[in-house]
Amino acid sequence: MERHFFILSIIAIALSVLLHTDNNVCTAQDTLEKIRTTGALTWGFDAQGGAPYVFTDQKHPKKLIGFEVEIAEAIAKELGVKVHYFQNEWDSILLSLQRGDFDMALNGIEITSERQQSVLFTRPYYVYSEQIVVRASDFKINTFEDLHGKRVGTLYNTVAKQMLEEMGDVKIKIYSGQVEPFKDLLDNRLDAVFIDLPIASYYAKPNPQLRLVGEPVGEGYYGIAVRKEDTRFAEELNRVIEKLLRSGEIKKICQKWGIWNLAQEKLYLHEDLLQKYAEIPPSPEKRVPLVVTTFLPTLLKGACITIGISVLSMMIAVSLGIILAIMRLYGNKWVKKLSTAYIEIYRGTPLLIQLYILYYGLPNIGITLTAFTAAILGLGMNYAAYEAEIYRAGIQAIPGGQTEAALSLGMSRRLTLKKIILPQALRITLPPITNDFISLLKDSSLVSVIALVELTKSYSILAASSMKFFQLGIITALLYFGMSYPLSLYSRRLEKKLKVL
Amino acid sequence: MIKISNLTKHYDHEPLIKDFHLNVVKGDVISIIGPSGSGKSTILRCVNGLENFQKGYISVNGHTIYGILEHDYNQGKNSLAIKDIRGKIGMVFQQFNLFPHMTVLNNLMVAPMHVMEIGHDEAESRAISMLKKVRLGKKAKSYPGQLSGGEQQRVAIARALAMKPEAMLFDEPTSSLDPEMIDDVLSVIRELVSEGMTTIIVTHEMRFAKNISRQVVFVEHGRIVESGSPEMIFCNPQNGRTKEFLNHFIV
Repeated sequence: MERHFFILSIIAIALSVLLHTDNNVCTAQDTLEKIRTTGALTWGFDAQGGAPYVFTDQKHPKKLIGFEVEIAEAIAKELGVKVHYFQNEWDSILLSLQRGDFDMALNGIEITSERQQSVLFTRPYYVYSEQIVVRASDFKINTFEDLHGKRVGTLYNTVAKQMLEEMGDVKIKIYSGQVEPFKDLLDNRLDAVFIDLPIASYYAKPNPQLRLVGEPVGEGYYGIAVRKEDTRFAEELNRVIEKLLRSGEIKKICQKWGIWNLAQEKLYLHEDLLQKYAEIPPSPEKRVPLVVTTFLPTLLKGACITIGISVLSMMIAVSLGIILAIMRLYGNKWVKKLSTAYIEIYRGTPLLIQLYILYYGLPNIGITLTAFTAAILGLGMNYAAYEAEIYRAGIQAIPGGQTEAALSLGMSRRLTLKKIILPQALRITLPPITNDFISLLKDSSLVSVIALVELTKSYSILAASSMKFFQLGIITALLYFGMSYPLSLYSRRLEKKLKVL
Repeated sequence: MIKISNLTKHYDHEPLIKDFHLNVVKGDVISIIGPSGSGKSTILRCVNGLENFQKGYISVNGHTIYGILEHDYNQGKNSLAIKDIRGKIGMVFQQFNLFPHMTVLNNLMVAPMHVMEIGHDEAESRAISMLKKVRLGKKAKSYPGQLSGGEQQRVAIARALAMKPEAMLFDEPTSSLDPEMIDDVLSVIRELVSEGMTTIIVTHEMRFAKNISRQVVFVEHGRIVESGSPEMIFCNPQNGRTKEFLNHFIV
């Protein structure tokens, strides 16, 4: 026990040191200089973010298209250089920018005061607003105020999400992809989607089952983010954007993608004024510094969901696993084949795809599961395959003499299994079961793909908005450790208690 | 009480038992002797339904197990018969096969409670009296792993007795014991026999077999080579193989 305390105190000391350091990566060479000499402008974006920003052309899967592709190309042309494409997860796009992976991030990044603390924004190249989308058959929601108490989907780390949070009583569901919220809206899992207008225009407008309602609200600006020290580069970009606006190039691009509206006229305002716009937070959000009282409850809530999902899915995995193992060991030819097929299929395909099929695929045949049910079923059924093999090994490790002795005492096969074989197999399989439970605890972060916000997702949401990836990461890791370590201790104690003499 | 007729078993065309006959009446004590691998244990295991066989039948008090190639073979009927037979016959194994995760007491109680469905208290008092019978009354709360081999085997005998069997099968009960523990086990068996328990024992303890048996059967390659009273087999064997085999033992 003393040793554990020692390790924990070292971690605590290390953490307290880390929390007081901010790591700013400085690039020695001036970025503009570098772009000119190499003749290449490296552009960071996330093609998974989707249409109409940057996405792969369905006709030419190797080619990227979207209005931001065209803007980036236009900027590079103006600078007399070529564009180097750099694909990066949207969640960590500003972090990679700071690391120096690329020169500019241009990917529907809203100018907010929080982000301005860590990066420098150019003047806006697009005025966005937030749009409500509902099912075409639904006439109850007409204005932003109507969203009170409703289930509303939005993208994570967006201004739209902040606006919904400020309403207080909206049941917000947060998505990473742009297609999934509309799919859940159609599947009746949501009452509305509140999302940036370009996305709504692109995905919802052409779909007759969906309808855009109300005036766009919460106007804000997309800007190009560069590193804070790259002031010369930012000035040059501002000059280029100004030129592209005056020449009508940006308008032409936006019109081509069907996202030009009257609001865009603001882009032409005097540069000084625009700089001011850029510095004003787009929504009346309160500036909340990152302190324990703000992020810890969010992380703890995420941890509770992680525990809930893990415990429930482990219960499914354990009971289904025993059934599968018994089927495989004692069943007739067909039962054996069935169990083997289940195990091979579930073990041989990615959990992620199983979750997608359960959540987004099943509604196609009329079964609509809630995200929570889909999560515990998906994890439970996947882990059952692994558990089954552990139990099979455990049962087979019990000497045949045990079964013979039980049978010779007149016990039935079932009773033998229940009273003699399984209790002994449990003792053997306890360490690998604990192992699986701990890895399930961590694998449960995969369920964020079906819009469940558990611990890892809570972390990435908090980290992306505050840019404190490192510090929050350590705290989140400690929370995971705090959940799994007691589990190993308990299992070790149980093992000792159950030890066969 | 037990009638084995024409018992024939082969495995992958390798004959294990060939035309084995045995007739056991109530109170009989029969020793089966012979070299290792001669099929002695297999015979006992067939009687208890732990192994199937191709031809012949085994009948215990009117419940009959048929060979799987017999014309009136019926799996359902066979398993019913096996169930009834197991309820009447206790078996003791060479490797004891106690349940290591249960106390000695629970080893003795689990079958009476769940198979005979008698109450906990009755099962417990029965278990304690059986433990006393094998002179291990003090070990009720121990786990099998805490006992010596000889003690484990006596617990195994008590466990079989707790089911109130009408006959006992002993499959080399002392073969995996240290010499100084063998006597403890043998004296328990001797006591049972003297109380009139019908017994079939497969053993290499020739002196013991000679002393307690009413009939001795010498088996080799799955066949009966010679069978008769202990005096006849041990003092005046007719067959050359029997003589040769017994020469290895000082009786």
